Amino acid sequence: MGKAWKFGDDIDTDVIIPARYLNNSDPKHLASHCMEDADPTFATNVKPGDIIIGGKNFGCGSSREHAPIAIKAAGVKVVIAESYARIFYRNSLNIGMPILECPEAVAGIESGDTVEVDLEKGLILNKSKGTSFQARPFPEFMQDLIRGGGLISYIKEKRNNA
Amino acid sequence: MGMTISEKILAAHAGLDKVVPGEIINAKLDIVLANDVTGPVAINEFNKLGIEKVFDQEKVALVADHFTPNKDIASAEHSKILRDFAKNQKIKYFWDTGTVGIEHCLLPEQGVVLPGDLIIGADSHTCTYGALGAFATGVGSTDCAAGMATGEAWFRVPETLKFIFHGTDFQPWVSGKDLILYIIGQIGVDGARYKAMEFSGDGIRSLSMDNRLTICNMAIEAGAKTGIIEPDEITLQYVKSRAKREYKIYKSDHDACYENVYEFRSKDIPLQVAFPHLPENTKSVDEASGRKIDQVVIGSCTNGRLEDLEIAANILKGKKIHPEIRCLIFPGTQQIYLEALRKGWIEAMVEAGAAVSTPTCGPCLGGHMGILAKGERALSTTNRNFVGRMGHPESEVYLCNPAVAAASAIKGEIVHPREVVNNG
Ligand code: SF4
Repeated sequence: MGKAWKFGDDIDTDVIIPARYLNNSDPKHLASHCMEDADPTFATNVKPGDIIIGGKNFGCGSSREHAPIAIKAAGVKVVIAESYARIFYRNSLNIGMPILECPEAVAGIESGDTVEVDLEKGLILNKSKGTSFQARPFPEFMQDLIRGGGLISYIKEKRNNA
Repeated sequence: MGMTISEKILAAHAGLDKVVPGEIINAKLDIVLANDVTGPVAINEFNKLGIEKVFDQEKVALVADHFTPNKDIASAEHSKILRDFAKNQKIKYFWDTGTVGIEHCLLPEQGVVLPGDLIIGADSHTCTYGALGAFATGVGSTDCAAGMATGEAWFRVPETLKFIFHGTDFQPWVSGKDLILYIIGQIGVDGARYKAMEFSGDGIRSLSMDNRLTICNMAIEAGAKTGIIEPDEITLQYVKSRAKREYKIYKSDHDACYENVYEFRSKDIPLQVAFPHLPENTKSVDEASGRKIDQVVIGSCTNGRLEDLEIAANILKGKKIHPEIRCLIFPGTQQIYLEALRKGWIEAMVEAGAAVSTPTCGPCLGGHMGILAKGERALSTTNRNFVGRMGHPESEVYLCNPAVAAASAIKGEIVHPREVVNNG
């Protein structure tokens, strides 16, 4: 269970982690500047288990994996958005950062709401409002990836079995 | 039903006769790219795999171009990870300060990426190489690590959107940059999300390689997986002297299936300026004119090629940059720099009062060499104008082509180039 932090449409990777901090890829360093240009209070006030809500095209822009890494290292449990930019989506799955696509939940959750998410079922509960939402399931291939704990473990496993 | 050029390249690399949009395939890669920002993260993941060698030392390209020459200790340490890896792995295509260029100018120039290739790069603008008739797409560091280790990657075969430009009668000063900005203005920054953008028509075929590279470079700014142009005589001319290995030409079938087709008349496209803070906020240069600016940036993987510098130099020659403007010029590669120097263009720029840099990404991503203060405004030939992209979160970036940028540097405000050139 965690608090929702809501952002708008087209949240780009420069907002998630500005390039001026990319001279160091330590996840803790990245987390300390996460979302800085959209909400300078985010990085200091976000608590483990909190949730980011985004609009359409979340994570657009650069291919920097530092963006989902920063969000994950900040303690965010899951990102829920209307839709995702392609590379961000892929990167999140590859590093094991859970993300869900659910326009209804985005419309039904406000900043500060308390939200509980069952990642396996894709079930989203807004405890503050007593509402619930069902996110779209991942394609089968992605589920394998996630179950394997991200791309690197997936490949390792495949090689060991080969 | 036939296939598009993108579908053909993906099918060939997956060992299949046919693929259809939506299908998930595993395919063999011709080139895997990383830079000094994404490379160290990829190398870290690569090391976790417990594999000793990259899949092929001649198919990995590492380019130290973002924070180099290293701007501080942290970036020097970061770049060192890339340098050490390149050395230990005996990577053939590794470039560092002195030989380096901006990756998406450098790789086509050096003949490292070729028509028919399947390329992944840990950089979103990897889609640039589609201008050669390759299928090239940006990925993150983990995908890049897996690619370096296995020589393969998984792909979802994208739907293709076709953009046709009819006519070669472009308005004066209009370039590839204006065409792609115009498209993004029409379809939005997620208008081609997950899709391939195929550019065609006699308008596109009349363009030089430099202009085509600019167009494909910004496909990602519409959310696309790649931008691609069928190779023709102009492509072959460009590739012939550079290629050091075999390559293959693919073309879309006449009965290929497109999700959507957009048609434009070339002569209708005016010079474009994208307003903050998204590349889709486009207006014609006339609507933008009169806006005061503090800095002009000419360069980047979008517009740092020879033709771009030629246009800028011809406008700046014999004139002076406005005293309140800082005009920064970044040639895309050492070869471009040298060629511009020999032609006297660098001299013309320096005499006009521009600062000319060694090739680097520099201010394009707010890295170094020209960061904006609070409230400052830049007019730039780069590709992104997100919040804080070039410096302070309360600074602004406007995007345009090199002619508009150079003319505006003289005027001190955004202008149509005809105002400066006619007066000159
Ligand atoms: S010039 Fe800009 S957009 Fe191009 S690779 Fe460098 S930072 Fe990225």
